[in-house]
Amino acid sequence: MEATQFKSDQYVRFCPGCGDHAILAALTKAMAQIGIPTHQIAVISGIGCSSRMPHYLSAYGFNTIHGRGGAVATGVKTSHPELTVWQMSGDGDCMAIGGNHFIHEIRRNVDLNVCVFNNRIYGLTKGQYSPTSPKGFVSKSSPFGTVERPFIPGELVLGARGTFFARTLDVDMPTAVDCMIKAHQHKGASIIECLVNCVIFNNGTHNWIADRETRADHSIVLHHGEKMIFGTNKDKGLAMEGFNLIVVPADDPRVLVHDAHCQDDILHHKLVQMGPENGLPVALGVIRDVEEETYDEAVNRQIAEVRAASKAKTFDELTATLEQWERK
Amino acid sequence: MQNVVIRFCGDSGDGMQLTGNMFSSLSAILGNEISTLPDFPAEIRAPQGTLGGVSGFQVNLGQGVYTPGDKADVVVAMNAAALKVCTLGSHFNHPQAHFDEEFALYHRHAIVIVDTDTFTQTDLEKAQYHTDNPFTELGVPESVQIVPIALTTHTKESLKDSGLDNKSILKSRNMFALGVVCWLFDRPIDKAIHFLEEKFAKKPQLIPHNVKVLTDGFNYGQNLALSVNRIRLEQTQDSNMPAGHYTSIAGNKATAWGLIAAAHKCGKKLFLGSYPITPATDIMHELAARKDMGVMVVQAEDEIAGVCTAIGAAFAGDLACTSTSGPGLSLKSEGIGLAVMAELPLVVIDVQRGGPSTGLPTKTEQTDLLQALYGRNGECPLVVMAASTSANCFHYAYQACKIALENMTPVILLTDTYLANGTGLWRIPTLAELPEIHPQTVPTELQGHYNPALRDANGIRYWGIPGMEGFEHRNIGLERDAAKGTISTNPENHETMVKARQAKVDQVVRFIPDLQIQGNADSDTALVGWGSTEGHLHAAANELNCALVHFNYINPLPANTADVLKRFKRIIVCELNSGQFATYLRSKLPDIRFEQYNEVMGQPFAVERIVEHVKSL
Repeated sequence: MEATQFKSDQYVRFCPGCGDHAILAALTKAMAQIGIPTHQIAVISGIGCSSRMPHYLSAYGFNTIHGRGGAVATGVKTSHPELTVWQMSGDGDCMAIGGNHFIHEIRRNVDLNVCVFNNRIYGLTKGQYSPTSPKGFVSKSSPFGTVERPFIPGELVLGARGTFFARTLDVDMPTAVDCMIKAHQHKGASIIECLVNCVIFNNGTHNWIADRETRADHSIVLHHGEKMIFGTNKDKGLAMEGFNLIVVPADDPRVLVHDAHCQDDILHHKLVQMGPENGLPVALGVIRDVEEETYDEAVNRQIAEVRAASKAKTFDELTATLEQWERK
Repeated sequence: MQNVVIRFCGDSGDGMQLTGNMFSSLSAILGNEISTLPDFPAEIRAPQGTLGGVSGFQVNLGQGVYTPGDKADVVVAMNAAALKVCTLGSHFNHPQAHFDEEFALYHRHAIVIVDTDTFTQTDLEKAQYHTDNPFTELGVPESVQIVPIALTTHTKESLKDSGLDNKSILKSRNMFALGVVCWLFDRPIDKAIHFLEEKFAKKPQLIPHNVKVLTDGFNYGQNLALSVNRIRLEQTQDSNMPAGHYTSIAGNKATAWGLIAAAHKCGKKLFLGSYPITPATDIMHELAARKDMGVMVVQAEDEIAGVCTAIGAAFAGDLACTSTSGPGLSLKSEGIGLAVMAELPLVVIDVQRGGPSTGLPTKTEQTDLLQALYGRNGECPLVVMAASTSANCFHYAYQACKIALENMTPVILLTDTYLANGTGLWRIPTLAELPEIHPQTVPTELQGHYNPALRDANGIRYWGIPGMEGFEHRNIGLERDAAKGTISTNPENHETMVKARQAKVDQVVRFIPDLQIQGNADSDTALVGWGSTEGHLHAAANELNCALVHFNYINPLPANTADVLKRFKRIIVCELNSGQFATYLRSKLPDIRFEQYNEVMGQPFAVERIVEHVKSL
């Protein structure tokens, strides 16, 4: 299938230069490679720039209300597990107003593919700080800098017992497409944090890794089963020292091999926390990918089991079980 | 006798709800009409023997039963605290209070059965008596026939060889009392035993002991020939009751089953997204247990997710419902607005309780009406309807589903604590006799030409369901273009769409039966009510020899509303709120004068109070 088959006829209203264009392109590319026909795909969103996505895709779409995309998507997928369900959300939509639904869709492990567009700003309401804005961030609603500590989305996902977490960057199309395909393949709640630039209100927020010059040294793309190597010349690696990750030469025997399938999430925690604050490269790619029974499977399995074992299956058989008297 | 009101009351650990329910159900299957009123304390378990821990269960049985009765003819008081609460009613906390017919929960000529073993010094102190003669202290009139029974002693005697520990033995006192009551009301003991066996089918080890105590209680009444006359109730002869099979059913269960029946009728999956909230939770309990009927229940993380998961299921093509009470309805407002805007079928059940805020969670009220009608942002019309008996919760839940699915609109069904926990006699329908339901699924001819704004001749949009090839579309909470279905901020288009959504709800009137006048249609006075007050108002209208005009459909109103109401010189709108329906009627029918009678005490009406009020006008 072709990426163009997944594009709707709607004019794309993201600002010129917005990172969301790249995510849209990556998603249609991923959908084409995945090959599920459009009528079997539902794309659910809340409110925000990211939540405009369903309009630009030719699948079934539902642009709902602020923060509630996760709950609506849970309803769609649980009632109809045969559908492939994507949720489009942003840092405000799913970590501020929709925080409760976000952690619970993860905890339940509903088989959803969730793209969280993280630009660390509220764009659609024109420039207020978000739950991922760094402390001290100056915005229209924090003219003297925020006094709040930000979320690290990956930590939140793991804290909610997430089974899949990936991180991508708007300017890194191959990683984004790869993560989306892997998210689709993963059974359960797959969270993809898409780091995107807001060219109008928070331009350059991800420059530390988005900048072509420094990206290779400031980020590492993780692949399951491969050594954690990064750097312009692939000369650096990651190793454990005590409870901390450190950067070592690539040929150091201590260089770790990435295990996304490891049930124990301690190292995954360490990986999502990496960044300039601790002198480590930002981790991109699929960081965690483990299998557990999904909520939608479990709910439907239980209904099928009870129904199979039950004598009464119809309404009339149900009422027949009641104590009753007859009036002639 | 025509009908008798009996009240079981005791400590919340005494099993009064179980006893009351068993007796009511037994009576229902013996052919009596029933109406019940459970009255339990707000605390989960107050200290034993205290006034705050008294749990009551009242049932009216016989024929011509419209309400659980204002006051009891027979009382079973399991302890001293229960006796006090029954005798003083809402004044039980007043230190000098005496029996007063206005507040007492039983009549001046009632039979009061008491467990005399529970009048020890400690018991009396716990129940805040100041003397050791509770009857004198409470001023129980001599006309009240007190039947003292050493319930505790007899129960211990009955189970002395059972090997049960003392605590378990004491828990069976209610079965002895039930046995005595079965004798008093001439209930065949074998039927009672059979019923008890059914009730404890999942705990068979409890059956022999309970049967023994029940039988001993029955025989105690029989052998000792208690100095009271047995009460004989005939099977109901009400000619309005059609032939068929009858059972007793609680409002919440009837509601849940109405939803199940609707889903089975139209072949849709029933999906409930809900969050626990008193007094609505039993609907979720019942549906969660009905996986055998293919019901899917998501216990959501909050009220908002309750409605939003349901909206997701509706988008995906299911019969989607959410159940809640007042505070939850407030939280769901934005979600319900989305369902209005997205024009999806959705059934919202609001089991009203005392408000505002947390209010009186276990008490009944009709105070959510205006919230249901208007409590959303924007011009946001939807269908509002109300059940009026515990049993007809089934019918109105079914109708709510039919209207939602055929009109692509959210429907709010209002019930309340009184209906939800109370039970009534229900004629069991077969699925075949229930009306057809034809969901507004998009016709296949529109494949490739579909958009979510397309409407049929009645102005109802078509339901394109994910999975159907060639009907891919984007639904939205934003305003959509009336022709193309895509996002639109055009001013004229917005007004067109506001009117289209209103017109769609207005045309639902074709589903609504005409209002019927109950009582004396020639009277110049009519009582007007809606929802759960129908039984009380019916009885009051009979006593006053006036008319009753009662509403189950509120938005839209029945087509003949104005014609019916214009026939009366005097219209008194009676509600358990400060006048919400009266306000609504005035806005819809500005030429008609409405008087009001309102109570907001967290209790159902008392027929007597309505009658007195109307007479005093």
